[in-house]
Amino acid sequence: MLLEYFQMIDVVEDLDPANGRIVARADVPLESTVFEGHFPGSPLVPGVLLIETMAQASGFMLLARMKFEKMPFLANVTGAKLRTFVEPGEVLRVEAELEHDGSGFAATKARISRDGKKICDSQLMFRIMPFPNDTLKNNMLDRFKQISHSPTE
Amino acid sequence: MATTFEAVAAIISETSDIPLEDITPEKNAFTDLGIDSLDFLDIAFAIDKNFGIKIPLEKWTEELNENKASVDEYFILSKLCARIDELIAAKNA
Repeated sequence: MLLEYFQMIDVVEDLDPANGRIVARADVPLESTVFEGHFPGSPLVPGVLLIETMAQASGFMLLARMKFEKMPFLANVTGAKLRTFVEPGEVLRVEAELEHDGSGFAATKARISRDGKKICDSQLMFRIMPFPNDTLKNNMLDRFKQISHSPTE
Repeated sequence: MATTFEAVAAIISETSDIPLEDITPEKNAFTDLGIDSLDFLDIAFAIDKNFGIKIPLEKWTEELNENKASVDEYFILSKLCARIDELIAAKNA
């Protein structure tokens, strides 16, 4: 995780675009400027960044499913539960599965766990839209290649 | 068994916090009921799941953007329900 750059996913460990499933790993850094404010003397990963982490895992699954032809943008977070704290140095398992593949939108269920213990979970909805430009599309492709062991095709 | 309109009205009421009695067949979801596009995603999601269909929102949006259709054609509730019935019939055909 590079929290300052919103790079939340480190490795895609398992990806099944056809069935809408992804398992990823997120390594919480030992140090980050984020921890200087959240919180002084008691560093914790902000809950909103855990939601972002679930959204990014869902997003990479959707991107792979759509062969990077369109971009999912987070639109709705429903029933998010932040069950326990996440501290620097922890290794997180991030899972997401497609709940509904709509027209122009998609819904997923995502969760984060650590050593089998639930950390957080939520339903997430995404608007599916054209990429606004090639810069973003190429960045998504490059990032996916960096974190993925398997080709998209 | 609820009619398509009754089911859709219940979904809209629950999703958008609009009193059920205000939701009538001649109302336009956007211009009369004040539903925005994000709320309509929730509604489309619930309708898709409830009826086992896939409302072609992308196609409708494209036609609206290209002025090939008017908002009333798709989003007056009686017309929306008629299109849902068509999608259900197509699924069951």
